[in-house]
Amino acid sequence: MAVNKWTAAEVAQKVIDNEKLFILDVRNKDAFEDWKIEGKQFDYLNIPYFELLDGVEEILPQIPTDRELLVVCAKEGSSIMVAQMLDEVGRKAAYLEGGMKSWSTYLEPIKIGDLTGGGELYQFVRLGKGCLSYMIIADGEAVVIDAVRFADIFVDFAKAKNAKITHVFDTHLHADHISGGRQIAEATGAVYYLPAKDAEEVVFDFENLTDGLKVQIGAADIAVEALYSPGHTIGSTSFVIDNRYLLTGDILFIDSIGRPDLAGLAEDWVGDLRSTLYERYRELIDDLIVLPAHFMIVEELNADGSVAKRLGDLFAENHGLNINDEEEFRTTVTDNLPPQPNAYKQIRQVNMGKLKPSYDEQIEMEIGPNRCAVR
Amino acid sequence: MAVKADIQIDAKGLACPMPIVRTKKAMNDLVDGQILEVQATDRGSTADLAAWAQSVGHQYIGTAEQGEVLYHYLRKCSNEDIVETPFEQTVTNEQLLNLTNGVILDVREEAEYAFGHITGAKSIPLGELDERLHELTEEQAIYVICRTGKRSDLAAQKLVNAGFQNVYNVVPGMVEWQGELEKSI
Repeated sequence: MAVNKWTAAEVAQKVIDNEKLFILDVRNKDAFEDWKIEGKQFDYLNIPYFELLDGVEEILPQIPTDRELLVVCAKEGSSIMVAQMLDEVGRKAAYLEGGMKSWSTYLEPIKIGDLTGGGELYQFVRLGKGCLSYMIIADGEAVVIDAVRFADIFVDFAKAKNAKITHVFDTHLHADHISGGRQIAEATGAVYYLPAKDAEEVVFDFENLTDGLKVQIGAADIAVEALYSPGHTIGSTSFVIDNRYLLTGDILFIDSIGRPDLAGLAEDWVGDLRSTLYERYRELIDDLIVLPAHFMIVEELNADGSVAKRLGDLFAENHGLNINDEEEFRTTVTDNLPPQPNAYKQIRQVNMGKLKPSYDEQIEMEIGPNRCAVR
Repeated sequence: MAVKADIQIDAKGLACPMPIVRTKKAMNDLVDGQILEVQATDRGSTADLAAWAQSVGHQYIGTAEQGEVLYHYLRKCSNEDIVETPFEQTVTNEQLLNLTNGVILDVREEAEYAFGHITGAKSIPLGELDERLHELTEEQAIYVICRTGKRSDLAAQKLVNAGFQNVYNVVPGMVEWQGELEKSI
């Protein structure tokens, strides 16, 4: 009997809908501990597939029968084998098509809200990696911010909305994932912007993303305004969209704040991070909705799968915004740094145009969580 | 590859789980102590083979890369936990680190030696020792080392039986070696 195949999109829907699911992850223990499919109501068992070659009978008591069972591995081959073995002993199991490789690349577009004059703002949630990208659409024009490397998805999405991408922005030079910004600009003729301070080693042409830069799109002139906000990197820049949304890049997240060490030394930029979070952002209105470039844990997802929260609420609840003592802030940020994201140095090189990895190499580089925050 | 193996299997072009499935099957045909070379192109096979070998008690020696192909080396083991070393003259790893004269004789398989040995150690796998005794001189002290002290114990006994006087078994051996390692691959 054939076993069921689930796509990453189907699993994403279960994450968003808060469904119950039991995941048998048959990857190596290290790989599982490093990174897995996160769901608020998911339970897990990790047994490497090579310990199951002689049969699955021994682990059956550890697998509950009252919910759906999904077998997951790195690419899919081993999960098919294990799902079939389970099927042979009478346990219904599905496997994840394309495995974690496919999970890492899946994007779920979610509408965040309507903008002045019929515009729309979309967030593209990359559940497997915690990356968030954005598209603003109005009257046949579109702006893309912090696009991940699947350029086609953004180009096709805009096409389906009958919009022409005119501007592509990256809030900073990313270190955890490969940017799709340049490819999108090349494919559509749009202008690609990067903060020049992050881009000293960049080997391609780009426009400088400067403080106060203002782009207006659509008939209602929806404003996309740049706000210099260093700290994660020296060039990090935020955006205020339509005076209602604040795109914070990797500076401020829902439940954490940006880490200052991925492009240099934490000590050098912690002061910038402090003044961005405790001075520049404080001057903004509390009713702005914060839209970060990442989430770290599924608890940061709203009921509709989006990642967004009122700035005023973050000032009240986000620990990183509530450390009054400057010295304590400095130690929190420099001493609690999590491990660096996988291959972050190479990823920066790719985003500078200096390295040109193959498709498979790009997947390898991006494996694992994003780890751009300190909590 | 230039590394000697008793059996080679070709798992090139095969996706996970096939490299491990093939390896497991091939291991059944090896006798203890023999070396298996697994050729694969699946990048994930390195971590998986190492973890699998550890879970079933075989020795994962190392992986060499040539172009797109990964060459994994494993040594079949069973019940190696019980190491008896009846040969009486022994030195510890630490003592060996401080010695200034004599020759270190590494009696592990060529592949094990290639993936990490003590600088200057001479390689003669246990199975070749009888026909290569002429490469050793009786004047020098001989410190025999292997992974856990078991093969070197047998080798030390052989050397004494062949008339060598100044022979020591190094315990516990390479498995706990803290000094520098040299690779010849």
